[in-house]
Amino acid sequence: MPALNRKLWRDLWHLRGQVIAIILVVACGVASYVALQNIYRSLIVTQKTYYAEYRFADVFAPLKRAPERLTARINEIDGVATAQTRIVANVTLDIPGLGEPATGQLVSIPEIRTPILNDLHLLRGRYIEAGHRNEVILSSGFSEKNNLHPGDTISAIINGRWTKLSIVGIALSPEFVYEIRPGDMFPDARRFGVMWMNREALGTAFNLDGAFNNVVLSFAPNANEAHIIERLDTLLTEYGGLGAYGREDQTSNHFVSNEIAELKVTSTMIPAIFLSVTAFLIHLVLSRLVSTQREQIAVLKAFGYTNLNIGVHYLKLALAAVTGGVILGTFVGWYFGYSMTALYAEFFRFPVLRYEMNPWVLATAVVISLSAASIGAIRAVQKAVALPPAESMRPEPPARYHASLIERVGLRKLFSLATRIIIRNLERNPVKATLTMLGIAMATSLLIVGFYFYDAIDQIIEIQFHQKFRHDISVVFNEPRPSRVRYDLANLPGVLRVEPYRAVPVRLRFEHHSRRTAIIGLEPTGELHRLVDSKMRVFTLPPEGLVLTTELAKRLSVKAGDTITLEVLEGKREIKQVLVAELIDELLGLGAYMDVKALNRLLNEAGTVSSAYLMVDANATDQLYKKLKSTPTVSGVWIPSVWLQSFNETIARTMGTSTSVIIFFACVIAFGMIYNGARIALSERGRELASLRVLGFSLNEITVMLLGEQAILTGVAIPLGYGMGYGICFLITKAIDTELMRLPLIVSNKTFALGFLIVCGAALLSGMLIRWRLRNLDLIEVLKTRE
Amino acid sequence: MQTATSKETDKEAVFRARGLSKVYRMGEVEVFALRAVDLELYQGEFVVFLGPSGSGKSTLLNILGGLDAPTSGEVVFRDHNLTQANDRELTRFRREHVGFVFQFYNLIPSLTALENVQLVTEISEHPMAAEEALRLVSLGERMHHFPAQLSGGEQQRVAIARAIAKRPDVLLCDEPTGALDFSTGKLVLEVLERVNRELGTTTAVITHNAAIAAMADRVIRVGSGQIVEVHRNTTKAKPDELVW
Ligand SMILES: Nc1ncnc2c1ncn2[C@@H]1O[C@H](COP(=O)(O)OP(=O)(O)O)[C@@H](O)[C@H]1O
Ligand SMILES: [Mg+2]
Repeated sequence: MPALNRKLWRDLWHLRGQVIAIILVVACGVASYVALQNIYRSLIVTQKTYYAEYRFADVFAPLKRAPERLTARINEIDGVATAQTRIVANVTLDIPGLGEPATGQLVSIPEIRTPILNDLHLLRGRYIEAGHRNEVILSSGFSEKNNLHPGDTISAIINGRWTKLSIVGIALSPEFVYEIRPGDMFPDARRFGVMWMNREALGTAFNLDGAFNNVVLSFAPNANEAHIIERLDTLLTEYGGLGAYGREDQTSNHFVSNEIAELKVTSTMIPAIFLSVTAFLIHLVLSRLVSTQREQIAVLKAFGYTNLNIGVHYLKLALAAVTGGVILGTFVGWYFGYSMTALYAEFFRFPVLRYEMNPWVLATAVVISLSAASIGAIRAVQKAVALPPAESMRPEPPARYHASLIERVGLRKLFSLATRIIIRNLERNPVKATLTMLGIAMATSLLIVGFYFYDAIDQIIEIQFHQKFRHDISVVFNEPRPSRVRYDLANLPGVLRVEPYRAVPVRLRFEHHSRRTAIIGLEPTGELHRLVDSKMRVFTLPPEGLVLTTELAKRLSVKAGDTITLEVLEGKREIKQVLVAELIDELLGLGAYMDVKALNRLLNEAGTVSSAYLMVDANATDQLYKKLKSTPTVSGVWIPSVWLQSFNETIARTMGTSTSVIIFFACVIAFGMIYNGARIALSERGRELASLRVLGFSLNEITVMLLGEQAILTGVAIPLGYGMGYGICFLITKAIDTELMRLPLIVSNKTFALGFLIVCGAALLSGMLIRWRLRNLDLIEVLKTRE
Repeated sequence: MQTATSKETDKEAVFRARGLSKVYRMGEVEVFALRAVDLELYQGEFVVFLGPSGSGKSTLLNILGGLDAPTSGEVVFRDHNLTQANDRELTRFRREHVGFVFQFYNLIPSLTALENVQLVTEISEHPMAAEEALRLVSLGERMHHFPAQLSGGEQQRVAIARAIAKRPDVLLCDEPTGALDFSTGKLVLEVLERVNRELGTTTAVITHNAAIAAMADRVIRVGSGQIVEVHRNTTKAKPDELVW
């Protein structure tokens, strides 16, 4: 091995602390890039091929009831390739071992297996058999969570009667990659599942013989979605059409595509942060190295090493450290991506979701890491190349110091000699001081951001489940009822308080925007569902007019005071104009609210309700559930505590995982930054400090002189990092703005304190390492030679 | 003012410098490190440059060695004009022809003695074995030691081994004994003398120690950027006869 390369390895070994810091930071960047990019790519490909192979429909249209012969007219719409009609119905299920009723969505399939839109991927068992009317195929998530297998039976209330359905197969469908109960926000495979069933059997059970209540269609090439939806809506109006929608509004697809879009952002953002930190660290370390080795560089040049040799030598040093990080990061990323894919496979049910190492992703990771290293190295390498050999043979002139600004304004007497040394050092090299400080601030801000996610989730839970939803269960009726139903409910076992409400499916239109949602009509004095905004303020419903969540208003481009068009998607399907009275800044969902009396007036109905919130005696829930299961007029039961549980299992869990990763990364960066800063200061001033030791200064005194500088920088960096962190959190609340959820901008004192503690901990740890080095300073060596 | 140009023609001139000046501009002030120096160094001779600190010795040597360029004037090494050479050509000149020894040894601390020498042999055309160079400076036993494990004199001998290992045409030594005590310094001078004698390498040694001058063929006194005297020793003293 050439001697110059041997120097390279020994330098790397000598700088191992800093090299390890760089390796870790690079590894974090590469690992996150490799993992997230690979998942992103495999999700995109998987989604696309799955949709294509299993003919995921392009438009979905629910309706009340239309005769089968309408199919021909739908097929005639310009741009429609195939239209398929079906029956979709929600039923109450009795799941063994589950107290409360569950919901099943029955979807009809042809008796004889033929290729259909949203075709099934049979995992186990078989397709339904002709003539066997009670056979169903179960969705796989539901079957897993409830331990139901082909051969088992399941009870459902169909047409007012308990019916036993026998499970013959387990399947997946592109329509339910993300399987979630309509109106829910989080999946709960224990309490909601899809079942595919014989079309004829469903037709008979739901009085839809020779008719359908749902149609899906696929596009011919060059189809115009908006046009088709409009035509379809017109066609279905007289059959109680509930509004057709495209893939974008299809629940499962919406969630999956949203997740993919988010992955795309995070898979570039997180690695970008790490790689800029890498460039920054390499810049610090290498610049320092070149100045400590200026005489070595001069000797090499004196003996005829070319500028190219020397430039390449230092560049190699940077690249070697980064290569170590790339290798480590690739393995960690592979593993990390592998486990994340398993997590995704739990939420997103694809026939196969394979985690593959895309060679392009790997190549890109290598190229961008090495580029980051080169960018970081360039200044130092230039410096090494430009070093005039003759001049660098001379001892480096003593650095120019001057009385610092603070001393010049007359405060000199306030400072001890040690403090003056610290302050002059800071003032002498303001650029470096600033860079180091920014680095520490950046690490602090990352920590704040990491812990912020926990704050946000806590706040959402607090608002949603403690302040807003204060009922134990809510029941949904199979059709609107008169308001005296509250007395019937009050007589059910264990019910302590009843607050009925009216939920109406509507389509809101304003100018060219439109949105399907439900208006919830609440009693303004209600206690079981309060309106609480993101700042935890309780909101009072105005007696007239609509209240929209700010998110919904944004999507419709309306402001308070505007009048919007409201299409009722049930009953007489009236079209009304209604004033948007106020906006409420809610965190979850796209809700719309109204005083129940105003809503009844708007719909010309007298005290009609569709659901009710109940407060229940905890000891009587079993009895109550049993009763509800056998009440055909109750079509669904929602339980906030179950919501909370599935929120914790889904959003909180995935977010928690990525948050702990971010926090780990931030700790790595914090330590890397601070340790490097101190280590570099030591190498710059080792001789000076050793000389001071020779002059009789104690170890403590020189430690203070060296680390005091770092302490001041850290002290300034932390508040700055707080500010930056808060700013980033603000940007995140703007960026994470899905229909599902927004994050509240709340950073708790605990988060600030943790950020402080971790950064100070990193500072302390590196201080201890540095002090250990100071203790071992070789005083004799210092006196013997010039550095 | 005398010049170091000799009328002797029996020996071939290795370096020929004419009107060398070097001016450092420090803001308003101009420092004249060299003022119109004329000089020749001959094949195989051992020259000592003598002069007080700050007189321009290092500047002169650095220019001769192609480490630095004069502000005006001309240096010719054999048939290469160094003053017209660009950075690449100067690098090649140093690589092929010059060996340097510095006051503070300037070894690469992360490389062993042997590796420090190999650093140079690897990029030379006809080097001697690095081990041989170390034996020449009597350090055959300490080849695998790192600079930190060697005394100042030993480090300087490694530096000499490093300089001679490539069989340079000229050996330029800037205060090689400046950081050493008397007896260690003598050891180093013995090595230089031996290299000059056995390998016939043209050797220039800078010192401000007049005693060392006794071992030179020629002594060139430098003062305030000028050559103030050139003296030829009729008999050369052996290094072990020197006293200071
Ligand atoms: N890079 C430089 N910048 C300014 N002045 C310099 C520089 N290098 C040398 N000098 C000045 O040139 C003069 C000669 O320096 P030098 O050749 O190092 O002297 P010597 O080696 O004889 O001690 C001195 O006055 C020195 O201060
Ligand atoms: Mg000098």
